[in-house]
Amino acid sequence: MKFIKDFKILKNTAVSGDTFILELQLKEKLPQMFPGQFAEVLISKSKKTFLRRPFSIHDVNTSKNTISLFVKKVGEGTTALSKYKTGEKVNLIFPLGKGFNLTKNKKVLLIGGGCGIAPLLYLAKCLNENKNDIHILLGGRSKEDILETEKFKKSGKVYISTENGSLCEKGLVTQNPVLKNKFDKIYSCGPMPMLKEVAKIAKQKNTECEVSLENTMACGIGVCLCCVVETTKGNQCVCTEGTVFNIKDLIWQI
Amino acid sequence: MADLKVKIKNLLFKNPVLTASGTFGYGEEFEDFIALNKLGGFITKGTTLKSREGNAYPRMHETASGMLNAVGLQNKGIDYFIKTTYPKIKKLDTNIIVNVSGSTIEDYVAVAEKLNTLEKIPAIELNISCPNVKQGGMAFGTSCKSAAEVTRAIRKAYKKVLIVKLSPNVTDITEIARAAEAEGADAVSLINTLLGMAINAETRKPVLSTVTGGLSGPCIKPVALRMVWQTYKAVKIPIIGLGGIMNATDAIEFFLAGATAIQIGTANFIDPQTAVKVVKGINDYLKKHKINSVKEITGKI
Ligand SMILES: Cc1cc2nc3c(=O)[nH]c(=O)nc-3n(C[C@H](O)[C@H](O)[C@H](O)COP(=O)(O)OP(=O)(O)OC[C@H]3O[C@@H](n4cnc5c(N)ncnc54)[C@H](O)[C@@H]3O)c2cc1C
Ligand SMILES: Cc1cc2nc3c(=O)[nH]c(=O)nc-3n(C[C@H](O)[C@H](O)[C@H](O)COP(=O)(O)O)c2cc1C
Ligand code: FES
Repeated sequence: MKFIKDFKILKNTAVSGDTFILELQLKEKLPQMFPGQFAEVLISKSKKTFLRRPFSIHDVNTSKNTISLFVKKVGEGTTALSKYKTGEKVNLIFPLGKGFNLTKNKKVLLIGGGCGIAPLLYLAKCLNENKNDIHILLGGRSKEDILETEKFKKSGKVYISTENGSLCEKGLVTQNPVLKNKFDKIYSCGPMPMLKEVAKIAKQKNTECEVSLENTMACGIGVCLCCVVETTKGNQCVCTEGTVFNIKDLIWQI
Repeated sequence: MADLKVKIKNLLFKNPVLTASGTFGYGEEFEDFIALNKLGGFITKGTTLKSREGNAYPRMHETASGMLNAVGLQNKGIDYFIKTTYPKIKKLDTNIIVNVSGSTIEDYVAVAEKLNTLEKIPAIELNISCPNVKQGGMAFGTSCKSAAEVTRAIRKAYKKVLIVKLSPNVTDITEIARAAEAEGADAVSLINTLLGMAINAETRKPVLSTVTGGLSGPCIKPVALRMVWQTYKAVKIPIIGLGGIMNATDAIEFFLAGATAIQIGTANFIDPQTAVKVVKGINDYLKKHKINSVKEITGKI
């Protein structure tokens, strides 16, 4: 079941120069949400933003009835969203998409690049409840891009790569030595070139791998057919059949 | 409650608010948000004889007050619709209209013939105006001769209410409307999307995989209104108006320009409850202005 509801902004916290976390509260009880699902947010204060904007569910707090979104300012809509204040309302269509398939008692690696860490926090929490051995690899251009590390540490062991070497391993996230280890499953979200590289590594090691895609969307509910990705079953909507796909179902030139 | 009922030929609509093809799936996708029975009707995604994969990604780009799409009629084909979708939606108490698309007249006719047999499909909307497919599609809707030919063929094959959906990508839309009317169309719907394009200045490449795409949303409303008004003066059959309708006021403007009914398209993406809000808003407008029936305002400017 999908919902369309107004949420109240409890807190809007700047995380870095261009990222922020919105904590949004629903009056009534939150429906069940799975990691990897997303919401379509109406940014009504941004007059130039016509369509809703999709954001992953970053965290869920069922006792406070809140969800949080981890957002990077990249354009009109996200910049306007960063200016919303406590007490203001935003309208969401949620929860959308299918989310990740959660393992139990397995050794898993989560790989997040840049804003791709957004869906991984709630994923790490849920995987932790399922008693998995969790390893989390975060990557970015420099140390300013490595965010939320302390929160991730609560659910697993954290590894970091920065392209300029300003924090931990120098190089691309996909060059981090932790990838030499054997995992039962890899989960990943981030820019497309990174996801393809992750998929390549997982394929070589014969490790099961799920990636979350961020194709541009108009509706988020499977009717406009704009967000498709090529799969072994033909073109599928990322918003309804994904956003999470097992790499064995994707037709990627890797 | 004002009288919101309208008729197209012998088909009664409980209100003049329908939802547009390609923006409303097959209805089911909206059941979490609205009671479909509150709509005058809805129009399905463009359905073709064989299943179609559509165009490559990227298929969408937001524009000032609108969007471009290049979906290219992705759909599972008419047989899948009949076998899988129709049984799930046929019990709905609203007019379900199938948008029929194709690249040859034979294809159009084959789809229409199959739809003749479905009891709960009282009408079809003939899409001769899709800008996103290479062959056929819009080509049929851009010349009087081919628009007439395809309408004639479908009129022979299809017994129930026939709506012909017109392309705005023409010099004179009234000529095409007249051609459709002359060949037996029961109504025309207008407009489909306007052909447009987007370029990424950084990459110096077109944004859409197909280079050009169909523009929709509030940015096309003035063009749509103008075409409805021109067509209203040119034909006697009812007009279903659409193009950028976001709220009841927009809908009223279309009635005043000459529409008997309207469709909500792109607005469904922004607020999936738009159509029911528009029904209520039309009723409020009529009450406020002490007008008994929505039929009374058609063409009254
Ligand atoms: C399912 C899904 C989940 C997402 N989750 C998050 C999230 O948790 N946090 C977050 O910060 N962002 C997320 N995104 C990306 C986010 O939706 C876009 O950054 C946002 O729509 C940009 O809006 P804007 O108005 O600020 O930018 P615009 O003015 O629309 O565009 C500015 C720039 O951003 C680029 N852009 C726009 N949309 C996207 C997109 N979908 N993907 C990548 N680049 C885009 C444009 O190409 C352009 O260069 C997600 C996207 C999807 C599809
Ligand atoms: C994503 C998308 C897909 C569409 N698909 C179809 C289609 O399959 N058949 C059709 O006749 N029109 C299609 N249309 C056109 C709409 O039905 C409508 O004519 C057009 O969008 C203008 O109305 P609007 O501005 O209210 O959206 C599509 C429009 C959009 C935005
Ligand atoms: S965004 Fe409309 S179908 Fe996925």
